[in-house]
Amino acid sequence: MSTPAFITMIVTEVAITVITIYFFWKVLKTPSKPEPDSFKFNDDEER
Amino acid sequence: MSQNEEGWGSRVGLILAMAGNAVGLGNFLRFPVQAIQNGGGAFIIPYLVCFLLLGIPFLFVEWAVGRYGGKTGNHSTPFILHAMDKRKLWKYIGVFGIFTNLAVAAYYCYLESWTLSYVWHSIAGTFDGQSQTEVANYFGDYVNLSSPWQPVLFWLFCLFLNTWILSKGLSGGVEKAAKIGMPLLLLFGAFLAYKAISIKAGAHGALFDGTKGLDFLWKPQFDTIWEPKVWLAAAGQIFFTLSIGMGSIQCYASYVKKNDDIALNAMSAGWMNGFVEVVLGSSILIPIAVGYLGIDQVIEMTKNGGLGLGFKTLPYLFEQWGGVIGVFAGVAWFGLLFFAGITSSLAMGTPVMGFLEDEFGWKSKNAAWLFGGLVLILGLPTVLFFNYGVFDEYDYWAGTVSLVTFAFIEIILFAWIFGIKKGWAEIIEGSDIKVPIVFKFIIKYITPLLLGWVFFASLPGVVDNLKHKETHAKIKLLEQPNVLEKHMYGHLANLNGIDSTIINNPMVDTFTMLSPKTLHSITEYQSLKAEFTRISAPEFDRSKEIEFHKKTILFKNISRGLLLFLWLVIAFYVHKAYKNRLNKGLE
Repeated sequence: MSTPAFITMIVTEVAITVITIYFFWKVLKTPSKPEPDSFKFNDDEER
Repeated sequence: MSQNEEGWGSRVGLILAMAGNAVGLGNFLRFPVQAIQNGGGAFIIPYLVCFLLLGIPFLFVEWAVGRYGGKTGNHSTPFILHAMDKRKLWKYIGVFGIFTNLAVAAYYCYLESWTLSYVWHSIAGTFDGQSQTEVANYFGDYVNLSSPWQPVLFWLFCLFLNTWILSKGLSGGVEKAAKIGMPLLLLFGAFLAYKAISIKAGAHGALFDGTKGLDFLWKPQFDTIWEPKVWLAAAGQIFFTLSIGMGSIQCYASYVKKNDDIALNAMSAGWMNGFVEVVLGSSILIPIAVGYLGIDQVIEMTKNGGLGLGFKTLPYLFEQWGGVIGVFAGVAWFGLLFFAGITSSLAMGTPVMGFLEDEFGWKSKNAAWLFGGLVLILGLPTVLFFNYGVFDEYDYWAGTVSLVTFAFIEIILFAWIFGIKKGWAEIIEGSDIKVPIVFKFIIKYITPLLLGWVFFASLPGVVDNLKHKETHAKIKLLEQPNVLEKHMYGHLANLNGIDSTIINNPMVDTFTMLSPKTLHSITEYQSLKAEFTRISAPEFDRSKEIEFHKKTILFKNISRGLLLFLWLVIAFYVHKAYKNRLNKGLE
């Protein structure tokens, strides 16, 4: 594989992977809003 | 007003469903082909710029439009748009957000059923011992209904599965399907990407290493990024990959309550789609195909998109891996396409169901079965008359023209009529991230301009399609083969001084010293010559082929009539719903 192709691929894929993980991680880490929120499964959870 | 009691179970479920809506077969079949045809690795530059200027703004807009509609008890675009501006026109513009979903689902479910059928055939070993041509012919026979029961049964089963999942509701059906489908899709994708990249020349009949395909796809040709067609391709890819302009994002988001975040959700779902497309999508189809067939054959086979390569060739290549791995690769590839497809087709059902539940008080179960019934009726012509171009006609008018038209009008409504000030407040309300203020400017000016460019640049093609220009040209050439001959020699005349061994070489793409113009003339000459040879053969029945093209035009016209009729029926029911609201004093 040529160097320009390798660099383009690695830089792009690493950047997109990191950004995707960052936003998904942020979703998981952000506390849910007070009830009534949009989601049914956490309705019984204590806050 | 609305009796609609649907809702999401969890935030992760919502994001996976939204990402599943965006991730479709195009992530694996369309993106890599667009990349190799538009500058290789350099394509990623316009692609990411268009993601920033078109994709992300539109995600913000459609999520905000949806949640705004939900606040006022509306879960489908006719009355969501009506809530944004009370002029009568908007609810009829919103008809597109139901029409597109129904019409696209009508052919998409058929496409989805091919993947399911090929999963079965991978397990059953149907392709064992078949040659590449036999595997390719199998697909041709399949879609031409040479043996009709199997395609029809798989299609009916697929349609039933979609309807059954939809009948379980948003959290009990769609969300559960996304929670199963998306992780499996990622798992299958990772396995196939690993296998593709680790292909070694000489092993299992491979001609080249898998990395040769990666090199072909990612080698940047920076001179191409100044070509408008490359930017148009990138804008189109971003637009279609994110399911913008469908009405399904708005519907999903309409079940998000007003204090809950939409900006972070939109970013998470949007980038997840980007990950699947760029990281996985670029690492499977092309590396495997190039590894076994070489670059020239792949260029030739992808001239009309990646569908042929995905269904006609990959099953044969997986066969070369042999044994359990070969079977598992087939299951993973078609299973991955199936999950990509079903998470999108489920999203197409929800706006229709939302409309029926909001306006006519239907239960979600009944609404789902009506949706299934309508898709069955509308989809039948795409199954029965696939070879007459009905499938493609649905895809063109509903899956392309209608989407771009609706999205273009929607962004104008949001940024200029509803007003960017109110619109921006909607986007950032309850946001869990700080949305850069520059997007306010982008949404108001850049995104409409960019989409306007895509829209207006596509108009000549729309006119050509409307006139069946391509099919008429084919008929003309069949009726007057001397015209074809004249064109052929016209191209040959441009090639003065070029050696005839080069002109007639089928691998002419490898001659890097040729200018793009010369190369174009040679490939045109070669394809005209091949066509001329075909139609000049004594056994060729010209009148039969002319008859076939004339029938194609007829079937395409009937399809258009059917789609127009569908749009009018939906508009009628939107009008009726509006009258109901007036009678109840809700307007």
